[in-house]
Amino acid sequence: MAKRIDVSGLSAYYGGHKAIDDISMTVEPRSVTAFIGPSGCGKSTFLRTLNRMHEVTPGGRVEGKVLLDDENLYGSGVDPVAVRRTVGMVFQRPNPFPTMSIFDNVAAGLRLNGTHKKNELKDIVEKSLRGANLWNEVKDRLGKPGSGLSGGQQQRLCIARAIAVEPQVLLMDEPCSALDPISTLAIEDLIGELKERFTIVIVTHNMQQAARVSDRTAFFNLAAVGQPGKLVEIDETERIFSNPSVQATEDYISGRFG
Amino acid sequence: MSDVMTDRRPRAEHPGGTPLPVSLRQARLPRWTPAALALVSAALGTGIGLVGGLDSRIQWGLIAALLFIGGTFALAAGVEGARQAKDRLATSLVWIAFLLAVVPLASLLWETVARGTTVLDGFFLSHSMGTLPDALPGGGIYHAIIGTLEQVGLATLIAAPLGLLTAVYLVEYGRGRLAKVVTFFVDVMTGIPSIVAGLFILSVWILILGFGPSGFAGSMALAILMMPVVVRSTEEMLKLVPNELREASLALGVPKWRTILKVVLPTSIGGITTGVMLAIARITGETAPVLLLVWGAKTINGNPFEGAQQSLPLYVFQQWQQGSDASYDRAWSAALVLIAFVMILNLVARGIARWKAPKTGR
Ligand SMILES: Nc1ncnc2c1ncn2[C@@H]1O[C@H](COP(=O)(O)OP(=O)(O)OP(=O)(O)O)[C@@H](O)[C@H]1O
Ligand SMILES: [Mg+2]
Repeated sequence: MAKRIDVSGLSAYYGGHKAIDDISMTVEPRSVTAFIGPSGCGKSTFLRTLNRMHEVTPGGRVEGKVLLDDENLYGSGVDPVAVRRTVGMVFQRPNPFPTMSIFDNVAAGLRLNGTHKKNELKDIVEKSLRGANLWNEVKDRLGKPGSGLSGGQQQRLCIARAIAVEPQVLLMDEPCSALDPISTLAIEDLIGELKERFTIVIVTHNMQQAARVSDRTAFFNLAAVGQPGKLVEIDETERIFSNPSVQATEDYISGRFG
Repeated sequence: MSDVMTDRRPRAEHPGGTPLPVSLRQARLPRWTPAALALVSAALGTGIGLVGGLDSRIQWGLIAALLFIGGTFALAAGVEGARQAKDRLATSLVWIAFLLAVVPLASLLWETVARGTTVLDGFFLSHSMGTLPDALPGGGIYHAIIGTLEQVGLATLIAAPLGLLTAVYLVEYGRGRLAKVVTFFVDVMTGIPSIVAGLFILSVWILILGFGPSGFAGSMALAILMMPVVVRSTEEMLKLVPNELREASLALGVPKWRTILKVVLPTSIGGITTGVMLAIARITGETAPVLLLVWGAKTINGNPFEGAQQSLPLYVFQQWQQGSDASYDRAWSAALVLIAFVMILNLVARGIARWKAPKTGR
């Protein structure tokens, strides 16, 4: 199920502006990889190149290779729609579909892709909501609008929606930045469970969170404002937080930055 | 009012030297002051008008309005301070502007209802003019209602899908030169006078292609007038849909066209429908293209593709032209029906917008 990601020589542009420069790394399957780094260094941009969402932005352009188990996502003839079905995404701000009920939100990906059998949908929706630790809170109100949930519940709804289509990789862009500590804990536990089945990449500004949930951590940085962001190093999380090989990483993690 | 007026507390000295008010409370005029002032100035305006022998009611109103503005400003300046006085001045100006805008509308409605109900009854709604001479009372607008419904319906069938698709193209796909050109032409079309749209269809459809007058010919001209309105309003509604929803859907591996169909359009359908309804309301009252292309008729013609038809605005125009008392009455009643029709459309549009608005569910 879970797949390995091999990135080599990847640069991304917004029109004429180069946002990330020449990034190469490997993301191991069935593990959690955390991206950390200062604001504006291109973490979100890089994450979005991993499921071809970057090109949705007007002017968005990518150079380089992203191999998903040996298949280049940017190879000719690759359908971005198929890529996004394989590599799911959870956004920083919860964004449930406002016209749909909780059930329909979770079923959206399946329905929009052509699964319509009632029983099948029901099973998958329940499984996904249980998977996102939300089932007990919403099982009596599946027909209510998804936007009526609290922020943390909405975010878990979005996770349920993303895992319902059974992707092989799950990308999460600061999924907890708008949440309280309890919801955050629920989502961190969830990430721990999900990594049994998926390859997970998570962007976070919270060092403790990166240390708690991830197996490997990548540190991004940028030389100066306006310069493209670069990957500084990627290593076992323990090493990054105890004994990183680059001085800038240690400075950033210990708060002695700039 | 003395208790409110003495609320001037001592001020504490800020360390930096600038005084800070100790109290956040402030003297306020009682809530009923503006209403009372309005009554007083209206009475004064009338009094001055009567005494001074001014025969124009407009002058009375102006005097009252000036008194009201001056009075509020002076009173507020004395009691509440300069900032509040300016606030109240602005508020009174806005209210007076509102009244100025409403007065013509209200008097128009009043006039139409008062004159339009004289011959408005079941017979009037269910009969055509037939062979009735225009000077005689009787007759009705059934043929005009049928004509208006068919012409406007056909125009909507043409313009709504075209306008919707154009707007979807402009917002979701349009990049570069083609989109700019389309936007430009939509802008140009918005400014086309209705008589010009009518002349255009007249020259192409009737003079060059040789077809006769028909409801459909009118519908085409009406569609030309309606389309830019639909495009503009739909565009605005689609732009209101947050990009995050599109991205959420795309990130689930949903193709773009399905995203538009299942996420973007349902989210904005309320506003889009309202826009279409308002566009329909706008073309319902058009007379010029109907006059050129549908010609008007006295009898019922249910076939919009063959022969002259009647329509409500044209009926009003023609009855007015006849100039007899009976035809004046019929013109007013038909006008009332036309206004009612447009108003119902507006209400339906509002209902749909409210019903389809994304639910917060909290
Ligand atoms: N839509 C866009 N158009 C143009 N430039 C953009 C766009 N989005 C991001 N950028 C630029 O790309 C660079 C990287 O942005 P990105 O959002 O990837 O940073 P980030 O590391 O995710 O920051 P944060 O931690 O604040 O989320 C920034 O310089 C930013 O200004
Ligand atoms: Mg970001």
